[in-house]
Amino acid sequence: MKLFAHELRVEQKLFWRNREAAFFTFALPIVFFLIFGSVYGDSTIKEGARRVRGAAYLEAGMIGYGIASTAFAGLAITLVIRRESGILKRVRGTPLPPAVYLSAVLGSTVIVFAIQTVLIIVLGHVLYDVRWPTVPLSVVLLLLLGAAAFAALGLAITTAVRSAEGSSAVVNAVYLPMAIISGTFFSPTSYPHFLRVVADLLPLTYFTKLARDVILHGKEIWADPGAITWVACWGAIGLAVAIARFRWEPREG
Amino acid sequence: MTAIRVEDLRKSYGAHEALRGVSFEIGEGEVFGLLGPNGAGKTTTVEILEGYRRRDGGTVQVLGADPASAGSRWRAQIGIVLQSSSLYPNLTVAEHLSVFGGYYPKPRPVDEVIDLVGLGEKRDVRVKSLSGGQQRRLDLGLALVGDPELIFLDEPTTGFDPAARRAAWSTIRDLRSLGKTILLTTHYLDEAEQLSDRVAVLREGRIVTIGAPAELIGATSETEIRYRRDGELVVLRTSEPTRVLHELTAQALAEGRDLEGLEVRRQTLEELYLALTAAEQEQ
Ligand SMILES: Nc1ncnc2c1ncn2[C@@H]1O[C@H](COP(=O)(O)OP(=O)(O)O)[C@@H](O)[C@H]1O
Ligand SMILES: [Mg+2]
Repeated sequence: MKLFAHELRVEQKLFWRNREAAFFTFALPIVFFLIFGSVYGDSTIKEGARRVRGAAYLEAGMIGYGIASTAFAGLAITLVIRRESGILKRVRGTPLPPAVYLSAVLGSTVIVFAIQTVLIIVLGHVLYDVRWPTVPLSVVLLLLLGAAAFAALGLAITTAVRSAEGSSAVVNAVYLPMAIISGTFFSPTSYPHFLRVVADLLPLTYFTKLARDVILHGKEIWADPGAITWVACWGAIGLAVAIARFRWEPREG
Repeated sequence: MTAIRVEDLRKSYGAHEALRGVSFEIGEGEVFGLLGPNGAGKTTTVEILEGYRRRDGGTVQVLGADPASAGSRWRAQIGIVLQSSSLYPNLTVAEHLSVFGGYYPKPRPVDEVIDLVGLGEKRDVRVKSLSGGQQRRLDLGLALVGDPELIFLDEPTTGFDPAARRAAWSTIRDLRSLGKTILLTTHYLDEAEQLSDRVAVLREGRIVTIGAPAELIGATSETEIRYRRDGELVVLRTSEPTRVLHELTAQALAEGRDLEGLEVRRQTLEELYLALTAAEQEQ
């Protein structure tokens, strides 16, 4: 526990000190929220049969984009860089148990994502008059479910990246299209049929749907077990791939 | 007490046999040099002993445990300098030491380690602003911060300028005088000779010779006598230099000749090493 707390502090320091990475994973979803919020915050958007305010719709979408950017993309890029620069190998050579190390890395990701979500919710309320979430327990569960599933997918995708230089290219090529297709920026109602078919497979689609239900409509998260199952299954697949193929050592040496 | 025991260690990468039956022992408090050209199998050997790589055959004991299955308590007793440097660019020297010190049950004080590796002036400088040699010294500091009994150094001074190399040598001598056991790999012969109590020369996955540097020269080397006769260079190698030289000079005097350019010298460890490791090119 002492080791976990030590490593959690280390991870936080490392995250905030790397300004470029902190900007892309932490600040960018907030920046996008401000930009798109000022574009269509006040218009109404079709969500299925319902019509909702743009700002509220976008707020939940940006929380979905945030999970993809912190837990999936940010985590994966950080771990690939650490692996290829030999830091994971060095850590492996110390008495710090690998499980404690990885838990602290994930714990730190959850902290970053939680701060980001709170900021998005506060900004949404203050700037765009989006109402406060009414089901706090479900909000917490939502964050934990998302962080666990997307972090597992983040660990999994590190195994597909071969070099530190390639890490942002590969990860961005996966997560940016995923964020757009899943409808975190715009309502996918107007997307062509094949994109909607793809969207129906992606975990972020279901996470974003849960985020809208919980944060916009005040539903408890367990009201949609189907969506939870989709997100959890993707997380389980990610975890299985990570357990089978995660490496601590760089490609050479 | 033995710190490390290796018997008939074997390791292949695909069809390539990198280690073909390596055996040696290292006593507690001993500095042991593993010397050999690139590709000889030094890193493979060391990383098996550190628990990073799996062996294909043979037995290995490091501080009484098999590194392939040893846990945290065992790791707390060893310090590792890997062949390539690996640090967080955004953390300072002191921060690195407190981050990694935090992983060990009884870490050495950060400033003590900083002094030991001579980074006092760089204490609060971030790693990305350090030179390669300074980063390498921090690597060494990180291997020492847990106050280990046994230290692995894989080519700790490769790429250093002569002054930095001397400084690193003196740090390693300090560690030796603290009673630490050290396994050091190098392809610099003078480094092995200067620092090690015993040296093993590794070539193509086999140990070709092992012993104290002085012993190695004494055991295998012959004395070389060179002179010129009618302008032609004559080279004699002998293990009985006194007798051969006496005969040679007596004969020359009797014939009223001079032994032009006469030289008598022992083979150096360097020549021995070159002879041992050059054999591979001739094969
Ligand atoms: N991970 C690896 N995969 C394949 N071959 C390797 C690997 N590591 C080392 N080798 C090969 O094994 C031999 C010994 O390498 P190494 O132990 O690194 O030697 P040294 O450290 O003495 O230079 C070399 O021929 C090298 O190419
Ligand atoms: Mg090597």
